[in-house]
Amino acid sequence: MSAAANGAMLAVEDVTTAYGAIVALRGVSLTVGHGEIVTLIGANGAGKSTLMMTICGSPAPREGRVVLEGRDITGWPTHLIMRQGLAHAPEGRRIFPRMTVLENLRMGAEVLNGAHFDQDLEKVCALFPRLKERLGQRGGTLSGGEQQMLAIARALMSRPRLLLLDEPSLGLAPMVVRQIFAAIRDLNRETGLTVLLVEQNAYHALRLAHRGYVLVNGRITMTGTGAELLARPEVRAAYLEGGRA
Amino acid sequence: MSGAAPRGMAAIVRDAGLAALIALGVGAPLLGLRTEPVGRGLTLIPRPGLLLSVVAAVFVGRILVGLFMAQRALRRRVISPAPRAMLAPPGFRSWLGRAAGPAMLAFALLLPFMPGIGRYEIDLGTLVLTYVMLGWGLNIVVGLAGLLDLGYVAFYAVGAYSYALLAKHLEIGFWAALPLTGLCSAVWGIILGFPVLRLRGDYLAIVTLAFGEIIRIVLLNWVGLTGGPNGMSGIPRPSFFGLPFSMAGGEGTFAGFFGLEPSPLHRIIFLYYLILALALVTNFVTIRLRRHPIGRAWEALREDEVASRALGLSVVAVKLTAFATGALFGGFAGAFFATRQGFISPESFTFIESALILAIVVLGGMGSQIGVATAAVVMIGGFELFRDLEQFRMLVFGLAMVAIMVWRPRGLVSSREPSVALGARKMVGAEHVAEGRG
Repeated sequence: MSAAANGAMLAVEDVTTAYGAIVALRGVSLTVGHGEIVTLIGANGAGKSTLMMTICGSPAPREGRVVLEGRDITGWPTHLIMRQGLAHAPEGRRIFPRMTVLENLRMGAEVLNGAHFDQDLEKVCALFPRLKERLGQRGGTLSGGEQQMLAIARALMSRPRLLLLDEPSLGLAPMVVRQIFAAIRDLNRETGLTVLLVEQNAYHALRLAHRGYVLVNGRITMTGTGAELLARPEVRAAYLEGGRA
Repeated sequence: MSGAAPRGMAAIVRDAGLAALIALGVGAPLLGLRTEPVGRGLTLIPRPGLLLSVVAAVFVGRILVGLFMAQRALRRRVISPAPRAMLAPPGFRSWLGRAAGPAMLAFALLLPFMPGIGRYEIDLGTLVLTYVMLGWGLNIVVGLAGLLDLGYVAFYAVGAYSYALLAKHLEIGFWAALPLTGLCSAVWGIILGFPVLRLRGDYLAIVTLAFGEIIRIVLLNWVGLTGGPNGMSGIPRPSFFGLPFSMAGGEGTFAGFFGLEPSPLHRIIFLYYLILALALVTNFVTIRLRRHPIGRAWEALREDEVASRALGLSVVAVKLTAFATGALFGGFAGAFFATRQGFISPESFTFIESALILAIVVLGGMGSQIGVATAAVVMIGGFELFRDLEQFRMLVFGLAMVAIMVWRPRGLVSSREPSVALGARKMVGAEHVAEGRG
């Protein structure tokens, strides 16, 4: 396990997380290699978001380790973890509604103290041209898809090497989902950005990802390449055809 | 459509200039000259003052009419409210918004020297400005950082008592004591901040409320230090940079130094300008901090704590700086209060004061500097205005608050100006924000 941890972008090792008496993750391990897109799929309440939050240090894992680029970050305070080249586009987008799009992006760059802000702004505007038209508009007035684009763009403003995306397709029209996933693929191809993607939309996520993990009731039950998982009958039954595993 | 606003403005000014010219032409013979029977004949007496004021009134009036019409036309052109929120707001409102601040400042600066202004009016102005300053101080905590603080008066009290103690026991002058009182309050702000770091919304409000009461009850019962319910009297008055205000006049006093007739009004006017300066410092610091990473972090925290943390902000540091900065200005205001009154007692620092300051912030529109100032003028001035109504005063006050909350649920000035902008700044309308958020 440790051998894998040393070379990987992110390694989660035997992590157990609990909210009080309720155990949400039981001995979860996963690795994300440099330049990979890895997806974590699972049903509601499987613990996907908890795993994301645990990586970010809130809550801290009860057991196990989180290793980022060879450095053990277990138990670090969240704001320090978020300054280690890791960015998180949280579930439900969580943009700042009363602040303008530009201010939202500025907040994303706060970790860098605004260094090369203009340059990065141009990059995210090229990635999401819709945002460029809306820079002076309040975040809360954007459509759901635009808000998701803003959440991703805001995360990118800190120049992360690893991007955590929590359910970017939540509540969006299929066409917008395709746009956003295409943007993630381009980013990964062009800049080598490593992505850990949590999704309920298993079909899109597995097609996009190099590798995937399936999380059920706080445990990893399956792993493989995106294509492999897509072909597995259990995955098809549970996440693609609306049946039960 | 936003591009049409400046062109519209130029046209309106041109139109008003034309109207003023006509007024000048018509008015010159009719108003500008007056015939006066002198001896057996008539002489013409020119009246340029009257003529000019009429022409000026026509000019300004015409501009106002023009802006009003442009505003109405703009409103009619936009049918659905949704696109309206995306536009720069109509010219008139932003023009008014830009002019209101300087106009209020000019009024405040000139007030003591306006005709018909006496001691009572200056005292009232001082009182209003004290609440403007307190409102601006609390605005940092509530309006910017979104931390509902019901015990702000505690910091006001800490400031007042620490000045009184420093001045009476250590004989430190007002100017030297002022930074110390601010520091003292800021420390108490941090002391309050620590236990409430994990609290939000209602729970935070309850704890801050309790904190305000604790401070008051300690002041009431620590008779040895604070004099308990008897309060502290004989607090030294401020001097004009070392020159005391004395009715005796003569060498080394304010009146003597400037060769003026000694007058009790000097100190009143000095206190007025002192609180005006302190309030302006509060305003200036707030405006600068809003464009500073700290200020942006406060606003981000107000908007979404989880997202702020995900962006690498230390919520602990952000909350504590907000509490400390708000408390700092509350402490300054308290020191001013103590030196102005010369007497303080725990009665001046009851919960109703906290509620009043919070009402000023909420009514003014959380986060808006000009809105808070307006609300302070309206509320404190209104209290005085309706003094004759006696017991109906609170009724009028309550009705006014209900009316504001019905018509302007996000406060008098509900828009916020972005602190970061590319090129031209646009005000951001508040039409689409869920009420009661933030």
